[in-house]
Amino acid sequence: MTGPRHATVRSQSGQSGLPGALFPLAAVGVLFLVLPVLGLLVRTPWRTLADELTSSDSLTALRLSLECASLATLLCALLGVPLAWLLARGRFRGRGVLRALVIVPLVLPPVVGGVALFTAFGRRGIVGSHVYDAFGVALPFTTWAVVVAEAFVAMPFLVIAVEGALRGADARLDEAAATLGASRWYTFRRVTLPLVAPGLAAGAVLCWARALGEFGATITFAGNFPGTTRTMPVEVYLALQQDPSAAIALSLLLLVVSVAVLAGLRERWLTIPV
Amino acid sequence: MADDPGVNPPARGLRARIQVRRGPLELDVALDVAAGETVVLLGPNGAGKSTTLRVLAGLLGCDRGRVEVDGRVLEDTASGRFVPPPDRAVGMVFQDYLLFPHLSARENVAFGLRARGTERATALGRADAWLERVGLVSCAGRRPRQLSGGQAQRVALARALASDPRLLLLDEPLAALDAGTRLDVRADLRRHLGGFDGAAVVVTHDALDAMVLADRLVVVEDGRVVQTGAPRDVATRPRTDYVARLVGLNLLRGRAVGARVDLDAGVTLSIAAPADGDVMVAFPPSAVTLHRTVPEGSARNCWAGEVATVESHGDTVRVVLSGPVTVLADVTPLAVADLGLRPGTPVWASVKAVQTSVYPV
Repeated sequence: MTGPRHATVRSQSGQSGLPGALFPLAAVGVLFLVLPVLGLLVRTPWRTLADELTSSDSLTALRLSLECASLATLLCALLGVPLAWLLARGRFRGRGVLRALVIVPLVLPPVVGGVALFTAFGRRGIVGSHVYDAFGVALPFTTWAVVVAEAFVAMPFLVIAVEGALRGADARLDEAAATLGASRWYTFRRVTLPLVAPGLAAGAVLCWARALGEFGATITFAGNFPGTTRTMPVEVYLALQQDPSAAIALSLLLLVVSVAVLAGLRERWLTIPV
Repeated sequence: MADDPGVNPPARGLRARIQVRRGPLELDVALDVAAGETVVLLGPNGAGKSTTLRVLAGLLGCDRGRVEVDGRVLEDTASGRFVPPPDRAVGMVFQDYLLFPHLSARENVAFGLRARGTERATALGRADAWLERVGLVSCAGRRPRQLSGGQAQRVALARALASDPRLLLLDEPLAALDAGTRLDVRADLRRHLGGFDGAAVVVTHDALDAMVLADRLVVVEDGRVVQTGAPRDVATRPRTDYVARLVGLNLLRGRAVGARVDLDAGVTLSIAAPADGDVMVAFPPSAVTLHRTVPEGSARNCWAGEVATVESHGDTVRVVLSGPVTVLADVTPLAVADLGLRPGTPVWASVKAVQTSVYPV
């Protein structure tokens, strides 16, 4: 009689196994994460918020950010899905090395990423110089440079998500499709892609969020020209030096977008890859 | 096999000779199945049955061999010809069905037609007709995870048949079902195979499935065909210990001289029908009688052995007897009590001559 009741009480409290010394540290950890967000909310100039956000500079930067992040996500999906497929289903030597290379942009400081993009696609870059010689065009400091910088930094998120989903999908379904007369391309479109769609969606949202917040690689490789390369994060950084309340208003907007992404993904994070 | 197919008109059905080495398996089988015939590949796990199916489907290439369906060469290692799976007109039912989880039952059945370019409406119409044939119209809109095992099996069969294959391959089609469902699905499968006009090859390691589904049995062990014949012949005249165990018979080998067989182990049996030369002797466990002392009369048909195990087997008791020959004996629980049978008990065993089946090796 006593035993089970005792056990119930313990399981209800649920924390009996944790050393007490961890609680203060955990509490500080929570404050550390929450306070900056709180500060942003407290200092937000609520009265002038509408004006700050609808100023032409803000709107231009916002539009540019949304466009570039979306284009970068498309680019990542176009290149990342086949890449994920290769990593998940391919059987070749050096697959581990390839996966490591794909993940490099994830751990690379974004500024270094921007410099690296220069050395590849800049006017004197190992690829860019040939393009400039042949066509007279250069990528850096254009809107496309923003897209490329964002895609470079954000692509690992998409590749990793889709690769995980592909590993979760039964590859023998491809064989079943083959015996039913489906070509490899038909099988990819009608079987493989629908099966990894949830993973692809989650990866794309993460990728988009990362691209939207991209700062270091963008300002290094694309610069800071209003209307063509000055995205929201860059705008926030510049505003902070002249008009802090504008910076806070813009930051709040980016925060709202981030929270929306998190809310949209919560379910996905728990369910992928099945 | 015809070395020169030009001489005879191409036979309808499957003609295959397959040699594959995969790890420990050295597969070397010849398989001919007439159109409309169902051949069951029966054998223990790892015998090469599933590998054979995968080669026939084109999912695995063979090292040496030739596969021909209705006169069309699908694979010939001599000429380097290999038709990839999508172009083979071969239908396959996989062991765990491999239905597409994101498609409804009818979309699954229509998949093959759609993949081959049939218009969507037409394909779905034909899928519905197939679902009706397998009795699943009411499940047409369901996803695979909403189907029971038996229903999923029927959808998989309909999916394989819907694109009108000339060769139908079924890999352990009943293995994933529970005993109750299995009975119904087995009977239905037999009916559908009977109505199929192409060649059908079924892989199983279950004797009952094999007996019910097969027009002809091909027993495969260790990558080789060890016995082939009508289910009845295989069931009454097993040629290997594996088949004998599967059909529940004792199988002994010896040399016949008239109405007597000298077993390899030194025991002599008298048999009902005289024979000559190397023979196999098969008899059911129920034909074996056990005694504590040498039985009177036909001393010839008995030998001394020792009880190895005693197990209840339905309403009889199955005794495994070791000694010069290892045999199974089915006795009544009363006999177990009267004879005091337990592991280690020395007994005399005798076999009723009329219940033995004797046939040349």
